[in-house]
Amino acid sequence: MSAEYTSDEMMTVAAARQLRDGTACFVGIGLPSTAANLARATHAPNLVLIYESGCLGAKPDRLPLSIGDGILADTADAVVSVPEVFNYWLQPGRIDVGFLGAAQLDRYGNINTTVIGGDYADPKVRLPGAGGAPEIAASCGEVVVVVRQSLRTFIDRVDFVTSVGYGRGPGDRERLGLRGGGPRVVITDLGVLEPDPKTCELTLTRLHPGVTVEQARAATGWDLAVAADLAAVDPPTEHELTVLRALEATKKVAAR
Amino acid sequence: MAKLVSLAEGVADLVRDGDVVALEGFTHLIPFAAGHEIIRQGRQDLTLVRMTPDVIYDQLIGMGCARRLVFSWGGNPGVGSLHRFRDAVQNSWPVPLELEEHSHAGMANRFVAGASGLPFAVLRGYTGTDLPRHTGNIKTITCPFTGEVLTAVPALRPDVTVVHAQRADRAGNVQMWGITGVQKEAVLAAHRSLVTVEEIVDELEPVPGQVVLPSWAVTAVAEVPAGAHPSYAQGYSVRDNDFYVRWDAVSRDRDTFREWMEQHVLKAEVQA
Repeated sequence: MSAEYTSDEMMTVAAARQLRDGTACFVGIGLPSTAANLARATHAPNLVLIYESGCLGAKPDRLPLSIGDGILADTADAVVSVPEVFNYWLQPGRIDVGFLGAAQLDRYGNINTTVIGGDYADPKVRLPGAGGAPEIAASCGEVVVVVRQSLRTFIDRVDFVTSVGYGRGPGDRERLGLRGGGPRVVITDLGVLEPDPKTCELTLTRLHPGVTVEQARAATGWDLAVAADLAAVDPPTEHELTVLRALEATKKVAAR
Repeated sequence: MAKLVSLAEGVADLVRDGDVVALEGFTHLIPFAAGHEIIRQGRQDLTLVRMTPDVIYDQLIGMGCARRLVFSWGGNPGVGSLHRFRDAVQNSWPVPLELEEHSHAGMANRFVAGASGLPFAVLRGYTGTDLPRHTGNIKTITCPFTGEVLTAVPALRPDVTVVHAQRADRAGNVQMWGITGVQKEAVLAAHRSLVTVEEIVDELEPVPGQVVLPSWAVTAVAEVPAGAHPSYAQGYSVRDNDFYVRWDAVSRDRDTFREWMEQHVLKAEVQA
């Protein structure tokens, strides 16, 4: 029996499935946090959630409303200072997966969360900025990006490189001395993109049920490469949907 | 030894026009009441420093207190953008706001260097991003032992750091716990410091995970119950999430913002 679900729910479920049990994951707030908590509540009970507020091994039973939500400190294995989380835990490469969102993403997986349009001094839209992302993208073993796909977000070249994916192509991460592996997968509301092993260009490898290649192309600001063996993502299971909706409901209650 | 003062005295004595001021706090323990007092006392031309400027910085910026912002993430946590911050950057309203922009790792290390009495900090950071093209204070340095090229950022030495903590004793020793962010480093890096606390007690009972700032490392302590609202103080209050959501609407419009500030901050009853 297939349940009804939204494209956002499909995206969150597909993103959660990317996280392996027993790994350590540096979690950004918003979509990444929802997906990471879904993973921990389903197939990855031993996923170690690390928040930049200094909470290591947080085990919230509801969705945190910010990276500094009290539930994270209350349930963490350890609460450390912000310098410690970056210097002792992130920088040496102790964290397996960095889980990030993006305002803009380009064909090489570079992320912009700083400014859109105009120039830096006089932007069309001023965004919040880097936060922890540049070093998360540089130092985690790999990066998973979750972002809604549209012509606004998926652009050929980001207006500002806040966090480096594969730079301008193969070999750039090595040349820059970035020690983490870079973006392994990008999950959107339309499907899944992975870097081509030779060109590093994000390539459509899977589509969510009911989505067409044409839709994905129309929501991409560059000539989107499509894998020869394009596959379909399994729809959310009843269990995944039930747990996700229960988590979302806790967020609404907590906000009261 | 830290002096016990009222909030108004503390701000009057320690925060001056043109100062480099850090009001630190990482979602938790944000010194809102002190920020409001800075606005009431009409401070101007400030360089505001903070890793995560949020609603209190939006208010300071919207009221024209700041000339410059040194930061790494400016947003309304869990809600979205800061509209006064955006208006200042995009339209120079009410006054132009100069930016010095970093990453969290860079800002945290700048405070560590300041607290350590070093001129700069070394990290693996910013590499390949566009930040160094716009922020002059991000440079490279070659390790004298390995030859590796690393990133250097200068120490932050605020004229004054303001933080909020759960409590202090009568001697002015400060105790905080829960998410304590970069507050210890920010206080130790500063020339002067003002700590507001939920309460002043006879004795500081130990709490797991506590950070203690000894009285002799702090300039002044003011008792300001609920001084972190709408942020929270673990063990004392919960975060007023509704406020952060409401702020989005209040701050979008200049007049609505001014009216709100007039009513809730400028005319607010001030502690003696």
